[in-house]
Amino acid sequence: MEIILAIGIGVFAASGVWLLLRPRTYQVIIGLSLISYAVNLFIFSMGRVKLHAPPVLQPGTAGDPAAMADPVPQALVLTAIVIGFAMTALLLVVLLAARGRTGTDHVDGREAD
Amino acid sequence: MPNDALLLAALVLPFAGSLLAGFLPTHARNLAAALAGSVALIGCAIVVWLYRSVATDVPVRLRADWLPSLGLDFTLRMDGLSWLFALLIFGIGALVVLYARYYMSAEDPVPRFFSFLLAFMGSMVGVVTAGNLIQLVFFWELTSLFSFLLIGYWHHSAQARDGARMALTITAAGGLCLFVGVLLIGRIVGSYELDEVLAARDLLDNSNLYTVALVLILLGAFTKSAQFPFHFWLPHAMAAPTPVSAYLHSATMVKAGIFLLIRLWPVMAGTDAWFYLVVPAGLVTLLLGAYSAIFQQDLKGLLAYSTISHLGLITLLLGLGSPLALVAAVFHTVNHAIFKASLFMAAGIIDHETGTRDLRKLSGLYKYMPFTATLAMVAAAAMAGVPLLNGFISKEMFFAEAVADHTGSLLDDSLPYWATLAGVFSVTYSLRFILGVFFGPPPKDLPHTPHEPAHWMRFPIEFLVLICLLIGIVPSLTVGPLLATVMRSILGSDMPYYSLALWHGFTLPLFMSLIALAGGVLLYFLLRPYLDSGIEGPPLVRALKGQRIFEKILTTISLQWARRAEVMFGTRRLQPQMRIVVLLAVLAALSPIVLQGLPGNGTLAGTPIEPGFALMWLIGMGCALAAAYQAKYHRFAALVLVGGAGLVTCVTFVWLSAPDLAVTQLLVEIVTTVLLLLGLRWLPKRIEDVYPTRPPLSTLIRRYVDFGIASAFGGILAFLSYSLMTRPLPESVSRFFVERAYTEGGGTNVVNVILVDFRGFDTMGEIVVLCLAALTVFALLRRFRPAPESVGSPEQQRIQDAYDDAEPDRKPGDTVTDYMLIPRLVMNWMFPVIATFAVYLFMRGHDLPGGGFAAGITLSIAFVVQYMASGTRWVEDHLRVLPLRWMGLGIITSASTGIGSWWFGYPFLTSHFRYLELPLIGKVPMASALLFDLGVFALVVGATVLILIALAHQSLRSSRASQAAEGGETWR
Repeated sequence: MEIILAIGIGVFAASGVWLLLRPRTYQVIIGLSLISYAVNLFIFSMGRVKLHAPPVLQPGTAGDPAAMADPVPQALVLTAIVIGFAMTALLLVVLLAARGRTGTDHVDGREAD
Repeated sequence: MPNDALLLAALVLPFAGSLLAGFLPTHARNLAAALAGSVALIGCAIVVWLYRSVATDVPVRLRADWLPSLGLDFTLRMDGLSWLFALLIFGIGALVVLYARYYMSAEDPVPRFFSFLLAFMGSMVGVVTAGNLIQLVFFWELTSLFSFLLIGYWHHSAQARDGARMALTITAAGGLCLFVGVLLIGRIVGSYELDEVLAARDLLDNSNLYTVALVLILLGAFTKSAQFPFHFWLPHAMAAPTPVSAYLHSATMVKAGIFLLIRLWPVMAGTDAWFYLVVPAGLVTLLLGAYSAIFQQDLKGLLAYSTISHLGLITLLLGLGSPLALVAAVFHTVNHAIFKASLFMAAGIIDHETGTRDLRKLSGLYKYMPFTATLAMVAAAAMAGVPLLNGFISKEMFFAEAVADHTGSLLDDSLPYWATLAGVFSVTYSLRFILGVFFGPPPKDLPHTPHEPAHWMRFPIEFLVLICLLIGIVPSLTVGPLLATVMRSILGSDMPYYSLALWHGFTLPLFMSLIALAGGVLLYFLLRPYLDSGIEGPPLVRALKGQRIFEKILTTISLQWARRAEVMFGTRRLQPQMRIVVLLAVLAALSPIVLQGLPGNGTLAGTPIEPGFALMWLIGMGCALAAAYQAKYHRFAALVLVGGAGLVTCVTFVWLSAPDLAVTQLLVEIVTTVLLLLGLRWLPKRIEDVYPTRPPLSTLIRRYVDFGIASAFGGILAFLSYSLMTRPLPESVSRFFVERAYTEGGGTNVVNVILVDFRGFDTMGEIVVLCLAALTVFALLRRFRPAPESVGSPEQQRIQDAYDDAEPDRKPGDTVTDYMLIPRLVMNWMFPVIATFAVYLFMRGHDLPGGGFAAGITLSIAFVVQYMASGTRWVEDHLRVLPLRWMGLGIITSASTGIGSWWFGYPFLTSHFRYLELPLIGKVPMASALLFDLGVFALVVGATVLILIALAHQSLRSSRASQAAEGGETWR
C-alpha cells in the first residue's frame, strides 16, 4: 500500500507542478488543487498507513496510540483542506478580476511577446 | 541642581521644546518663537553657569547605563572645547531665533520651523557633549537629518528640495564613513568612551588600522565641513531660509566637522598621514572657496563660498599639527562663527527688504539702510581681516603659522604664498559685498523699496558686531581666558606660548596682512569690469561643477545600475519566479538527504497491497495526468478530472482510517467544483492550435525543462513519503492527545477534540483566515469588471432564447424556466434534508466523524443546491441568507467561548464538559468546546456561502448590464 500511495502522491505533485509552471491562470488553479491533494496526502502519510483503525475512542477509556491511526496529521490535514478551499476561492476571484482588468488570462496579465 | 543634571537638561530641553513646538497651531509664530528663544536662552544660561566648573579643568560628566551588554554607556561630558561649542550653539541659536521671528513670513508654518531648529540645536549639543564616540555619531547623523528638514523647509521649491537632498546624501554618507571609522577606533582602543580614547594615543599610533580609521573619520569631517571635493553641497543649501543659513553655516552644522577634527586632534594629528591628507584638502578648499566667492552673483552664494574658504583655512590650520596652529584654528572658529552669522543675517535683511539677493541688481543701499550697512561693513571687514576686528587677529595667527616650519616639505614651504593669496581673495570678495550692495548708483527695478528693518531684527547683528569689535580691540580681556580654558582641555599641560594682542611689532605676518589688503583692493578694481558684465560663476573652474558630478553619480547608481540589476536578477513574469520557487523547494528537500542521508532504515513492515486500492490509484493518477494535459484547452474536462483525483484522495482517507478527512474532503470537493464551474464562465475562449505546425524551439525547450522540474518534484515527494512510511513512527505528541481526548476533552473523536479543544487556538486562527479570504473575495467582486466578450449570455442560453423567440406561443425565458423541472423540484425539497444532515454532523462531531467544519460546508451546500436548482435571481428573491451575519456570529461565538474561560480563572479557550440528562433523549455530552464548534460551524457556513453567492451574483449583474445594453441597441 505504501508504495502505491507514494507513487500516487508523486504523480499528483508532478502534474500539479507542471500546471503551476504553465502560462494560463486556469492551469495554475487546477495545478494548485492537485498540489494540495498531494501535499495533504503527504502530510497524512506522516502518520503511517493503518487500516481499519480510525482515531475514535471507546467511550470512557483512555485510548492507546498504538492501536489507531495517528490523529495529529489528520487534524493538520483537516485544517489544510479548509484553508485550501479558501485559497482556491480567493485565487479564482483574483484571476477573474485580473482577466477582467487586463483582458487576458495569461499569468503575467499580458500575452507573452 | 547639580552640574550633571544641568548638562542633561541642556541636551534634553531643545528636544522637548521641539516636540512642543511641533504641536503648536500652524500660525502661532510668536508663541513658537518665544518657546524657541527661551529654550536657547536657558541653554545659554546653563552653559555660562557651567563655566566655573569647566574652568577647573575637570570635565562635567554624566554617565548612565545604555547598553550594558555591549559595554556602552550613555555619557555626557563637557570640557572646555564642548563648552565653547555649546556656548556658540545656544548663543547664536538665541540670536537666530530672534532674527527668524522677524524674518519668517506669517504665512509659513513657523512653529514647524522652530521645531526643526530646536531639534537641530539639540542634536548639535548632543554632538559636542557626547562622552562616547557612538553617541557622537548618533547625534551627528541627527544633525544631518534635521539640517535636511531645515534646508528643505520651503518644500514647495524644487531648489530647496534638491539642496536638502544633496546635503543629506553627502553628509549622511560621510556620517556612515565616520561610523565605521569610530568602530575601528573602538576596536583599536577597546572602548568608545572619549576619556579612554583620548588617553590612547600610543595604541592608535601603533595600530595598523590607524590610516584606515583616519581616512574614514576625515571623510566624515570633510563632508560635514564642506571640504574639497565635498564642498558643493553647501552653496546649494542656501535655498534654505536665511536664519537657517546663518545658523547652520556659521556656528553649527559645518562646524561639527571642525569640532570632530579638534576633538580627535590630540590623538590623531601630527602624523604624516594626517598632514598630507588634511593640509591639501584645507588648502584647496581655502583657495577654491575664496576664488569662487569673488565671482558669485548671489549674495548668499558669495557668503557660502566664503564660508567654504574659511572652513578650509581652519582645516588647514588643524592639519599643520602644531599646538599654535590649533590655537589659531579654535580662535578662528569662534571669530568666523560670529562675523559670518552677522553677515548672513545682514544678507537676509537685504533680501527681506529689497526682495532680491542678486548682486547685479543691488547697489547704493547705504542711503536706504545706513545702520544695517554700517553693521554689515564692520562684519565684512572682520571677514577680510582688517585690524581692530576679531578676524584680523586670527588671520594674523594663521599667517604666522603658515610662515612657521612644520615638515619642511615643498607644500609646507609654499604655504605663506598660498595664505597671502587667499588673504587677497578674501579682501576682494568682502569689498565686492560692501561696495556692490551699499554703494554705487541708486538701485533700479527692486521688487520692494528698501528701508531699515524692524529694530529687533537688527539687534542680533548689532550684538555680534559688538563682539567682533570687543574681541578685535581687547582680545586678552575678552576671549583670552576662555581660549586658555579651551586649549587646556585639548592640550592638557603642554600649552604653547601665545599672545592675543593687536600689535606684535613689524613682523612678517603683519607684512603679509598689508599685502593681502592692498592686493585685495587692487584685484577688486582690476576685476570690476569683468564682474559688472554679470557673468555667473568663476572663470577657469566654472566647468568644474560638483553638483553635476554628484547628480551623474546618483543617476548612475540609483537608476542605471539599479535597472541593470533588476534586468539581471529580477523578472516581472510569474513563470520564471515559479520555476525558481519550485527548484528551491526541490533543492531544499534534496540537500539534507544528499548531504546527511536518511536516518534509520526502512524497517517497518509494509501493509499488504489491496488490489482495489491499487486500481483506484491507477484511475487517480490517470485523472491527474489527464487534468494536467487538458487544463489548457478543455477546462471543463480538466475540472471533472480534478474532481476524480479529489475523489480518489477522499476514498484514500476512508481506506486509511481517516473518516473525518474523508467527510471534509468530499464536501469541500463539491463546493470547490461548484466554485470553479461558476468561474469558468468568465474565462476567455481558448483557441486551439496556437502554433499551426510545431511550437518554436524555445517553447519546446521550456516545456521540457518544466517537465523535468515537475518530474523531479514528484519523484522526490514520492521518495520522501515512501521513505517515511516505511520507517517506524517515533513517539510524538499524539500519545498525549489520544490518551486524554476522552478523559479530559470529553469526546471520543480524537481529531475533533484536537481541533476544538487541545488546539482550539489554531482553529480559531484558521477560521479567521477563512473569514478574511471570504471578505476579500466579496470585496474583489464588488468592483468586478468582466472582460467585454464574457458579458453576454452564455451560448446555451442564447440558443434557448432564440428557440423561445421563434415559437409563437412561448415567451423568452420560458425554456430556461422549464429547464430540468423535476430535478429542480427534488433539489428544492432536499434543502431541509441536507440541513438536518448538517445538524446531525455537527452534533455527533465530538464523538464520531463530523464536526463544525463538515456541518458548515454541508449547510452551505444546501444553499448552493438551491442556487443551482432555481437560479440566482429566484434564490436572491426568496431566501435571505445574510452570510456576513453568519460570519460575524461565528467569530463572536468562538471568541467569546474562549474568553468565557477567563471568568473562571482559566486561560483562553480552556474547555469544560459534562453530561446533561435530557428528558427523552438521555445523556448528552455538553462540552464548552461544542459551543466553540458552533462558532466554527456558523463561520464556515457564512464564509462559504458568501464566496459562492458573490460569484454567482456576477452573472446576474452582467446579464442585467447586457440586457440594458441590448435594450439600448433595440431602441436605437
